[in-house]
Amino acid sequence: MGRFHRHDDGTAHSHDHDHDAGDHSGYATGGERVEVLTRIFDENDKTAAANRAEFAAAGVRVVNLMSSPGAGKTTLLRETLGRLGGQVRVGIIEGDIETSLDADRLAGFGAQVALINTGAGFGGECHLDAPMVRSALPRLRLADLDLVLIENVGNLVCPAEFDVGEDARAMVYAITEGEEKPLKYPVMFRSCGLVLVNKLDLLPYLGFDMDGFLGNLRKVNPAAEVMLLSARTGEGVDAWCDWLRAR
Amino acid sequence: MHELSICGSIADIVTRRAAGRAVKVINVRVGQLRQVVPDTLVYCWELVSADTPLAGSRISVESVPVRIRCRSCGQVTDVGAIPVFACGGCGGFDAEVVSGEEFLITSIELEPREEGASS
Repeated sequence: MGRFHRHDDGTAHSHDHDHDAGDHSGYATGGERVEVLTRIFDENDKTAAANRAEFAAAGVRVVNLMSSPGAGKTTLLRETLGRLGGQVRVGIIEGDIETSLDADRLAGFGAQVALINTGAGFGGECHLDAPMVRSALPRLRLADLDLVLIENVGNLVCPAEFDVGEDARAMVYAITEGEEKPLKYPVMFRSCGLVLVNKLDLLPYLGFDMDGFLGNLRKVNPAAEVMLLSARTGEGVDAWCDWLRAR
Repeated sequence: MHELSICGSIADIVTRRAAGRAVKVINVRVGQLRQVVPDTLVYCWELVSADTPLAGSRISVESVPVRIRCRSCGQVTDVGAIPVFACGGCGGFDAEVVSGEEFLITSIELEPREEGASS
């Protein structure tokens, strides 16, 4: 038998208690119920705030770049570094499971690159969190930078949950991923202020319904800024670089 | 699959609050906009708590539905399984999330103190 009740914030639900331990009545049965009310990401968020303060003190703007695996983050970063070189001093924090392949692709553009391999522990993390980004800071000379781009782990779920101390979140979305993903991964699409719709050069070969995609995006994040581009051909990349310069 | 690292955070918080007392149940409130799978959280907790003082405790998940409040007309709307963040009254998209983003430990349930144990 479920227990239905309503909270002060208006949420209501029922619980099935199949145990004889405490309940939400405030009266423990047998043991003692201790109120905690601590946010589970508290520790991460404190570290994120420390990261943010450190970036701000150095006058560095930070963009957290997220996407599925293979959406084109690294290719876009290469194009970006090529265009911003000599004007904006860029540092890259590169999250990757196990390899330095992406970091290798970014070498040679004059940017400082700090790699975070997330492979330690239980089969590799699926996201960057604030302590991981913090661990990369000693490998960047923030005083010599204007902008840090964080290339998060390719994943549409977990990275959205973790504040790492960024100023803005942008997402690379490849049109090969179909139109419906905003509805399947609303948290990721809602968390980003800018959606870069990539692989535009493939549009003639795909049945991609751009209006359908943009409509789905609006359903979950009506305020998102959208840019259409192709990291491979360079089409639209200048607008993204202008957006970064304006940060 | 970030439930493992989440369980690590939960273990830290619970260990601090339990202050050495044995823990039976950890009550966790999870908004449905949090991408946490309750069954996975429960399973990961067994892995993370094993061979620690928290072994044998279990996580009880209270799920909170997603609700938005329209900034134009004020109506509160349940966001359904297909997530459309539009007002159910006027259809407007200028809405704020009023529930569904919670992710906290609300309480822990401790074993009774042992007979004769000092406070």
